[in-house]
Amino acid sequence: MIRSIARRTLALAVAAAATAYLPAAGAAWEPTKPVEFIVPAGTGGGADQMARFIQGMVAKHNLMKQPMVVVNKSGGAGAEGFLEVKGTKDPHKIIITLSNLFTTPLATGVPFNWKDLTPVAMLALDEFVLWVNSESPYKTTQDYVAALKAGESGKFKMAGTGSKQEDQIITVALEKAVGKKLTYVPFKGGGDVAVQLVGKHVDSTVNNPIEAIAHWRSGALRPLCVFDAKPMPYPAKVTADKSWQDVPTCRSQGLDVEYLMLRGIFMPAGATPDQVAFYVDLMNKVRALPEWKKYTEDAAFNTTFMTGKEYADWVGKAETRHRELMQEAGFLAK
Amino acid sequence: MEDVANLMQGFAVALTWQNLLFMLVGILLGVLIGVLPGLGGANGVAILLPLTFTMSPTSAIIMLSCIYWGALFGGAITSILFNIPGEPWSVATTFDGYPMAQQGRAGEAMTAAFTSSFIGAFFAVVVITFLAPLVARFALKFGPPEYFAVQFLTFCSFIGMSREPPVKTIAAMMIGFALAAVGLDTVTGQLRMTFGHTELLQGFDFLIAVIGLFGIGEILLTMEEGLAFKGVKGKIDPRIVLQTWAKLPKYWLTSLRGCLIGCWMGITPGGATPASFMSYGMARRFSKEKEKFGSGHVEGVVAPETAAHAAGTSALLPMLTLGIPGSPTAAVLLGGLLIWGLQPGPLLFVEKKEFVWGLIASMYLGNIVGLIIVLTTVPWWAAILRIPFSIIAPVIVVICAIGAYTVHNSFFDVAMMLVFGVVGYVFKKLKYPLAPLVLALVLGDMAETAFRQSMLLSKGSIEIFWSNGLVGTIMTLAVVLLYWPLMSKVVEGWRGGMQPFRRNKGAGAPPPAQ
Amino acid sequence: MESQAEGRAAAGGLATRWVELVVALVIVGGGALVIKDSMRIGTDWGPDGPEGGYFPFLTGWSLALSGLWLTGHTLWNWRRMAGQVFASWSALRPVLAMLLPTIAFVVLIKLIGIYVASAIFIGAFMMWQGKYKLLPALAVAIAIPAAVFLLFELWFLVPLPKGPVERLFGY
Repeated sequence: MIRSIARRTLALAVAAAATAYLPAAGAAWEPTKPVEFIVPAGTGGGADQMARFIQGMVAKHNLMKQPMVVVNKSGGAGAEGFLEVKGTKDPHKIIITLSNLFTTPLATGVPFNWKDLTPVAMLALDEFVLWVNSESPYKTTQDYVAALKAGESGKFKMAGTGSKQEDQIITVALEKAVGKKLTYVPFKGGGDVAVQLVGKHVDSTVNNPIEAIAHWRSGALRPLCVFDAKPMPYPAKVTADKSWQDVPTCRSQGLDVEYLMLRGIFMPAGATPDQVAFYVDLMNKVRALPEWKKYTEDAAFNTTFMTGKEYADWVGKAETRHRELMQEAGFLAK
Repeated sequence: MEDVANLMQGFAVALTWQNLLFMLVGILLGVLIGVLPGLGGANGVAILLPLTFTMSPTSAIIMLSCIYWGALFGGAITSILFNIPGEPWSVATTFDGYPMAQQGRAGEAMTAAFTSSFIGAFFAVVVITFLAPLVARFALKFGPPEYFAVQFLTFCSFIGMSREPPVKTIAAMMIGFALAAVGLDTVTGQLRMTFGHTELLQGFDFLIAVIGLFGIGEILLTMEEGLAFKGVKGKIDPRIVLQTWAKLPKYWLTSLRGCLIGCWMGITPGGATPASFMSYGMARRFSKEKEKFGSGHVEGVVAPETAAHAAGTSALLPMLTLGIPGSPTAAVLLGGLLIWGLQPGPLLFVEKKEFVWGLIASMYLGNIVGLIIVLTTVPWWAAILRIPFSIIAPVIVVICAIGAYTVHNSFFDVAMMLVFGVVGYVFKKLKYPLAPLVLALVLGDMAETAFRQSMLLSKGSIEIFWSNGLVGTIMTLAVVLLYWPLMSKVVEGWRGGMQPFRRNKGAGAPPPAQ
Repeated sequence: MESQAEGRAAAGGLATRWVELVVALVIVGGGALVIKDSMRIGTDWGPDGPEGGYFPFLTGWSLALSGLWLTGHTLWNWRRMAGQVFASWSALRPVLAMLLPTIAFVVLIKLIGIYVASAIFIGAFMMWQGKYKLLPALAVAIAIPAAVFLLFELWFLVPLPKGPVERLFGY
């Protein structure tokens, strides 16, 4: 009895393995086994959501013969995930990045750099918005800045995700622009940060649009300005009378701070052009889907798409910028 | 009464044959996920999420949340049978569940666990149904000082109850705190105690420690006592369910306390794991049969299971109303909502009524279906104990190794599991208590972060922990509980002042540890 | 239980006092390590509350002190503990019979992946400890990893460590 079950299970496993190993006809390179999509962050965050969304779309529309598997490796502010990709030559591993591609090695001294990886494509840039509680007296960025300047240093509390990462970098840039210190309180996830502001435990946040949109719609939070060069291009009404497009840029409001976060794909070093081309093509297929359009609209992403040298140059510049910002803030590892 | 009408509408949504089928599939998968330590509820939901994009959001969330209920039910099974918690929130269930199985009462323990789980969940669903808006506002009151207060309370309710030598208890607890601190410090972004090893970046996960200390350690102990589980060949009688049910009403107070603790911890969100520890600690402290705890007492299974399931269920409330996930699994569900184009938040209840009430109705139905399914499987699970140890032992080791590996997909964790296994064996023999170690490992990091966040807010002033009624009450309660053993002795001493020899009536028994 | 333990003590075995001493010293060492690392990142109570090393520093000291206390306690009672046995030699043999194959199994996972390692481990353990014949041992040894493969690798898409054999099938 047990033996026959065992034999049948084995036969099934072998059969499954055999069908999975169909040689790719015609294409230059195709995955021959499941592709691991590594997320250097915990479950539920922005990068994780995007990875799982892509995984879902790949499965739903059959964009790849092999399945895509999302693996979270969040240890050491994402260092675990990056080191995994750095230490392999397997083209079946790709990684989605957030700003910790730059901030983690700079702040902790863990040895990795984007140059240890092969850039594939930039999918989008995530925006940052300055939020306050809607019951606070600050109706505009000017009100907020004036209150900051009038108050004593450290009186205003800013909540953000993680320490020495994007949220705190923006906070430090904001401090420099205003000339007063804020008390920065780090939390684990963007959702927690938004709720801390709704509960009035802090005075402001720099949440990504998707992390705070629900509270804006319910009237609990108020966006003051977006840390981008131009307003977000989404005219659909989010609340009764406001859309993402109506949120002014911080620069136009006299607060000269700009920051965007990379949502891009990398693969291990030494990947052949064919392998990179496969993933670029895959991402293009995902981007062409109506679901992707809706997803980026909901999250109010800046949908700049880049590949190849253009992308690598952008990443190089972003790294230099992070190094400068973090040096000024005193966040570099000693 | 509008809620009742909405709920009825929800039942109409949930009660299509398709949705019932999804529920069934979800529960079965969930139980499987719960049983295997390598697959957590978060795994299961995350992996199945892409498959659900082709379904309607309501059906999809019904199936996914049923996986979640199933996993909550299933976590208790391996805790009771093999001392291996399938899920973190089942650790406290091992304290009395495993001794019961060793005495041949596995069926009774499982029935008690499943029934308590059901009661906890049901209570939480009722709370969600009628108090959702009110409760959601309560959750907003929780900032860092309140979080710290809750963790402190968990700790105080559990501490001071071990029978082991006090210095060894302190040592074990400190080992837990030290292990919890390994990795990245959230507040400063510094690496702590990694000593340049990249494997240590991820820190020590609670599940790996528990699989090693409890699972592998127990196998080594069993080997030492000879190649057999002692006296577990208990009869497998379906009537065991009814016999156990007859015993359970006696523990209604423990159940109720578990429900309240669970709902509170789920909503705020403190999590199911601390809830189960707190409930166990409280039950033991206030029980009339204190001394029976830890040696196979049904109440010791009822308390943590009720709280864990109540917390797990009520954790969905802050997710739906505020968009903050109360657990890792809820976090993945939250991602699913966003992908389906549903915006969690206060408006979800207004704009997507059908979805929300369909989900709430499915919580009622899912739990009833779940209870029936898991109760019918009790004899099957109990039968596993009849498999000879020389077959089951290596299989358990394999499952433990898979469980340890999947936490971070890291081989290093498998090696650590082995180290923890040896430590568990040695500590058990030398009477170092394992429970404080595990609790410190769960709470250490969270409590420290919350404490330091509070200090940032208050500029280093401890007074923040008594700055408002809520946090002050919780802190005071915690301090009272911490000194409860001392106070109850004072009260006892005062009452028994006329009979100085009263405390010696248990002559011959070892003196109670502090 | 108690009488059993005494019976074993007579037969000789690993002395409890030595195990107690070693464990206590390891705890002291661990505490020292924690203290050393916390000094690196700062142990003060700064203007914004405790620094990163503040709590680990306290933890390290409590660990080291409790370890020292336990060391002293063991040495103080050294003579009195002479007769106590942690585990008799005959009881330790089955423990090692479990522990050593488990260590070998973990090493094998690293070398040839978890599936083949599990098959070898389960089969060998059944034949060696359970005195099963080759066929039943082989059946269980193949059935369990195959079931795990189906469940994790194919259905739940959780990748587990794999080796040359799996690579042969294209995984």
